[in-house]
Amino acid sequence: MDIYLPIAGVSVDVFVLLGLGAGVGFLSGVFGVGGGFLLTPFLIFIGIPPAVAVASSANQLVGASVSGVIAHWRRGNVDFHMGAVLLVGGFAGSAFGVWIFALLRRLGQVELTVSVTYVVLLGTLGALMLVESTRALLRRRRPGAGRRKLHQHMWIHGLPLKMRFRRSKLYISAIVPTGLGFVVGILSAIMGIGGGFVMVPAMIYMLGMPTAVVPGTSLLQIIFVAANVTVLQAAGNGTVDAVLAVLLLFGGVIGAQLGTRFGTRLRGEQLRALLALMVLAVAAKLARDLGVRPDDLYSIVVVGSE
Amino acid sequence: MRGWRLALLLPLALLCAAHARTVHAQALVADLNNHLVAITTGFTGTNVTLFGATDGNGDVIVVVRGPERDVTVRRKSKVAEVWVNTRQITFQGVPSFYSIASNKPLDDIAPPAMRQLHQIGLESLRLATEAPISPQETEEFRSALLRNAARAGLYPSGVGQVRFLGDKLFRTDIRFPANVPTGTYLVQVFLVRDKAVVAGQTTPLVISELGIDAEVHDFADRFALAYGLVAITLAALAGWLASLPFRNA
Repeated sequence: MDIYLPIAGVSVDVFVLLGLGAGVGFLSGVFGVGGGFLLTPFLIFIGIPPAVAVASSANQLVGASVSGVIAHWRRGNVDFHMGAVLLVGGFAGSAFGVWIFALLRRLGQVELTVSVTYVVLLGTLGALMLVESTRALLRRRRPGAGRRKLHQHMWIHGLPLKMRFRRSKLYISAIVPTGLGFVVGILSAIMGIGGGFVMVPAMIYMLGMPTAVVPGTSLLQIIFVAANVTVLQAAGNGTVDAVLAVLLLFGGVIGAQLGTRFGTRLRGEQLRALLALMVLAVAAKLARDLGVRPDDLYSIVVVGSE
Repeated sequence: MRGWRLALLLPLALLCAAHARTVHAQALVADLNNHLVAITTGFTGTNVTLFGATDGNGDVIVVVRGPERDVTVRRKSKVAEVWVNTRQITFQGVPSFYSIASNKPLDDIAPPAMRQLHQIGLESLRLATEAPISPQETEEFRSALLRNAARAGLYPSGVGQVRFLGDKLFRTDIRFPANVPTGTYLVQVFLVRDKAVVAGQTTPLVISELGIDAEVHDFADRFALAYGLVAITLAALAGWLASLPFRNA
C-alpha cells in the first residue's frame, strides 16, 4: 500500500516504513543508540531525498527516544543530572555543527564529509569496543579472575569543576561531559543523527559510567538534541516530513520497547560486542562505497533543495 | 518565468501570423482532458490525455516542459583512493520535466534548424551555464544532466506516440511519474507541414498537491518554526503513548 509523503514528495510503501521503523526501534531499545546511523542510509536507499531523510530521522528519533527513556526510567536506569550536563554542550555543539553544514553545502562536499566521518568514527569506535568486550568476555570465562575496579583513573579525572553524579557513581569534572556533549552535538547536525553510537562508548570508556545507566541517559540526551535538530531543519530548510516520521514511529516505538526488554537479558559485555560488530559492519560498507567507482561519475542537484 | 514563456510563445505567434493567409483560421486546436493534476496520498503517477484537431494534413509534435529550476551538476574524480566531487557547474532554467511525442519519427518531419528554434527534443534544449565554460566541458556536463534526469524518470527517453484518428483528430497520453515536481507545466503542440511549423498552441497544466498533504506542506512552508515544534511534540506524544501498554511489563 503506497502512501504519498508531502514534504519528501514521493510515494512509498507503508509497510516498508513500518518495518524499517520497527527494526531500528528494536536496536535503539537494545543498545541505547538512536539508530539514526542505520535509519538515514536506509531511507535514502528507498528513495527519500537525502535532506528529507536526515531531517525526518531526527524527528523520528525524538519519539523513539522518549519511548526508550520511559522504559529505562521505570528500571531506574537514567541519570538525569548527567543528561542535563551533556545537553549544555549538546546545544552549543549542534548550533556550531549547523554552521559547518552550511559551509560544506556551498562547497558541494556534504556527502563525502558525512561518509568519511562515519567511516572514521564507526571504524575506530567499533574496533575499540570489540577489543574491550572480547577481553571482558574472556575474563569472565576464566574462573578466579580478580574483580575489576569500578572505573579507570585517567588524566581527565584531574580537571577542575568537579561534580557528583550519584546515579552513575561518579565524581568527575563537569568539563568532560560538557565537552562530550559539544562534540556529539556537532556530529548530530552534520550527520543528522542523535549521536548515540558515539555517546554510548564515550560514556562507558571516557566517563566510566556503569553500563546499566548508559542507554537510558544517552537516549535522554538524544531526545533533546534530535528535537533541536528537527526544529532547526524545519525552520531553516523545510525538510522535516512529519508524516514520514510518524509512520516510522508507529513501528519504532514498539520495536524500542521489545528491544529494551531483550537488552536487559543480555550481559553488558555481550551487548557491547554485538553493538561493536554492527558498528563495524556499517563502517566497512561505507568505506567500500567510498572507494568504489560510482555508476555515474556525475550527479545532479536542484539548487536550493539540498 | 514570464520572460521565457514569452520567448517560447513569440515565435509561435509570428508563425501563426505569417501563415494566416494560407492556413485556415484554426489550423490547430488542442486541449487536455485535465488541466489540474492533484497529488494526493496514494499518488503513484498519472496520465493526462491531450486531444485535438488539425485542419487536414500535417504532423503533430507535442512537447511537455515542467517548471524551470537551476541545477548543479557535479563530477567526481578519484583523490587518494576515494571518489570526491571535484568539479561543479550550474545550469540555469532547466525544465524539471521534459517529454516529447509525435505521430512520425522526428527525423522525418523536423529538420535540425526547426528543432533548435522550438527546442524540440532533449538535444535541442537550450541550457545556459552560470559562468562561461569551454564548449567541450559544457557538453560533458550537459549530457550528464540529461542522463541523470532521465534516470530519475523526469526526462522520459524516446518519443511518445501521437495517434491520428482519421485525418484530423489526434490524441496522445502524457505520462507523469510519481516523483513529478509540482508547478505549472507547459504543453506545446506544433503542427508541422513540409518540414516547417505552421501552427502552434501552448496549454498550461498545473500539477499541485491537494488535500491533507497540501495542507501539511503549506503549513510547513508558512509556519516553519511552528511546524517543527508540532512535529517534535507529535513524535514525543507517540513515543509516550506507545510505551503505555508496556507499563506493567
